[in-house]
Amino acid sequence: MSVSASPPLPAAAAPPPGRTRRGLRNGSLFLPAAVLLAAFFLAPLAVMVVRAFTDPQTGLQNFSWFFGDAVQVDVLIRTFRTALIVTVVCALLAYPYAYLMTVVGPLGLAVLTLLVLVPFWTSLMVRTFAWVILLQDTGVVNDVLGFFGLGPVQLIRTTTGVVIGMSQILLPFMVMPLYAVMRGIDRRLLQASSGLGAKPLTTFVKVWLPLSLPGLAAGALMVFISSLGFYVTPALLGSPDTALVSQQIFTQVNGLLEWGRGGAMGVIVLVMTLVLLAVSAGALRLLGGQRPEGRA
Amino acid sequence: MSAPTVTDGATRASVPAAPRKPKRRVGRGLLWAFSALVAFWLVAPALVVIPLSFTDKQSLAFPPTGWSTRWYENFFSDPTWAASLWSSIQVGLLTTVVATVVGTAAALGLARLGPRGQTLARGALMAPIIVPVIVVAVGTYALFLRFRLLGTLPGFVAAHTVLALPFVIIPVSASLAGLDRRLQDAAAICGANRWAVLRQITLPLVAPGILSGALFAFVTSFDEVVISLFIQSPYLRTLPVQMYGSITRDTDPTIAAAATMILVITTSLVVVASAVALRRIKHAR
Repeated sequence: MSVSASPPLPAAAAPPPGRTRRGLRNGSLFLPAAVLLAAFFLAPLAVMVVRAFTDPQTGLQNFSWFFGDAVQVDVLIRTFRTALIVTVVCALLAYPYAYLMTVVGPLGLAVLTLLVLVPFWTSLMVRTFAWVILLQDTGVVNDVLGFFGLGPVQLIRTTTGVVIGMSQILLPFMVMPLYAVMRGIDRRLLQASSGLGAKPLTTFVKVWLPLSLPGLAAGALMVFISSLGFYVTPALLGSPDTALVSQQIFTQVNGLLEWGRGGAMGVIVLVMTLVLLAVSAGALRLLGGQRPEGRA
Repeated sequence: MSAPTVTDGATRASVPAAPRKPKRRVGRGLLWAFSALVAFWLVAPALVVIPLSFTDKQSLAFPPTGWSTRWYENFFSDPTWAASLWSSIQVGLLTTVVATVVGTAAALGLARLGPRGQTLARGALMAPIIVPVIVVAVGTYALFLRFRLLGTLPGFVAAHTVLALPFVIIPVSASLAGLDRRLQDAAAICGANRWAVLRQITLPLVAPGILSGALFAFVTSFDEVVISLFIQSPYLRTLPVQMYGSITRDTDPTIAAAATMILVITTSLVVVASAVALRRIKHAR
């Protein structure tokens, strides 16, 4: 998602002479990307959907298996719950951080941005491995807890461990859209609010929070969707008992060669993602429509 | 809040809200403290792999009690680790070339579309970031199995390129948006044909965007695990896949040495890419 990185084009599109020839040229510029996307993105998705409905025979048996199996339904519920907790944790940590980014000077902003961007690009494998080390039964986190007389607590192979790792890894996805929206809020509105006698808390709840809501929604969406399909971190920090949908997909396809069942689960994750995107796109449009014009 | 009322509307909003009251200053202090903790939480955990890679014992206990470089020696003398690093570099470089060329072309095409077409095309090109990778991975596995692309270099490069494309298109598009179109028009008026304009005016001006896109493409490929886990074979296995196997199988600090090297490589590339991107933004203003 390009929330942060696409400033609007300054001048409108170039003059239109020779439309057909230009159209052709444009087409050829897109052609390689289109071919790659069709062959290695759309085709795989299509294959998976087809397998879900035809393997081993045509019908809905893979879906009825999924929703009829208590274990699978449990996994689905656990996936949703984990994604929700991770989203809330990220929101609570990211909101003050993004706010600070909007009030510091250029140097502070550069430092705070770098501190989010570098972990964002740091290898997922490295970060997950680091959490395996930190959360292990004799790891640093347990040492610290023990120092305060609170341990040892089992963290690795539990949902708590999975949540800790995932929310740390996904936090940048929350900070970036939040900051992008908060940056655009006209701070004169805050001065106006306090000038009219509102207390800081009132100003926050009635002015700042509603104006920052699109950023919060976009960040929450990114984190929630990423959590639904997260594989590596939950697989390494969790256990089969704490499995999420993505781990079940891996097991079905790679372990049991149940292409149909794995495909059906993939379809379920895909549909949930698309539904969430559609709902939030609608919600954002609604919010955007009501929103008092913030930008100069 | 009563004393200082609203300043006249002419002053720009970016004037830092001066901490006038001590209560406010306390609030700002708390905000800084909280954010410092968040930053620590973001950055610090990954760093544990560095001291761990220099441990002298066959264990992943942290902090280590003695020091050695034997895990680095082990990394480079063990054929599977060394081969996986080499595979990752090969796949990464090829992906960078393909994704940068294809992504830059697509970004040039995007810039010429109208606003409506742009939204649509951009949505289609960004889709690989949004769709859960596990879903793409299963389909890719099925497809590659059928067309015998499992564990092949072209297979890895194609799969990684699709994921890397958005990260090329975003910075190149941003560069193009900051470009003064009159320069291209001027060149055209002076008699340059389209190809000359592209080669001598457009590409040099958006070069920083292309460079940061290329670096991000390399990092994306160098890091990719999920699809790679499905399409690997004993003959071609990238470094993250090797690490994944190692974590699940054994407690061998060689993996910490691998993690440290990845950390150093990707962090320096990303810092360079961000610096390039930031400089571009400054110049554009």
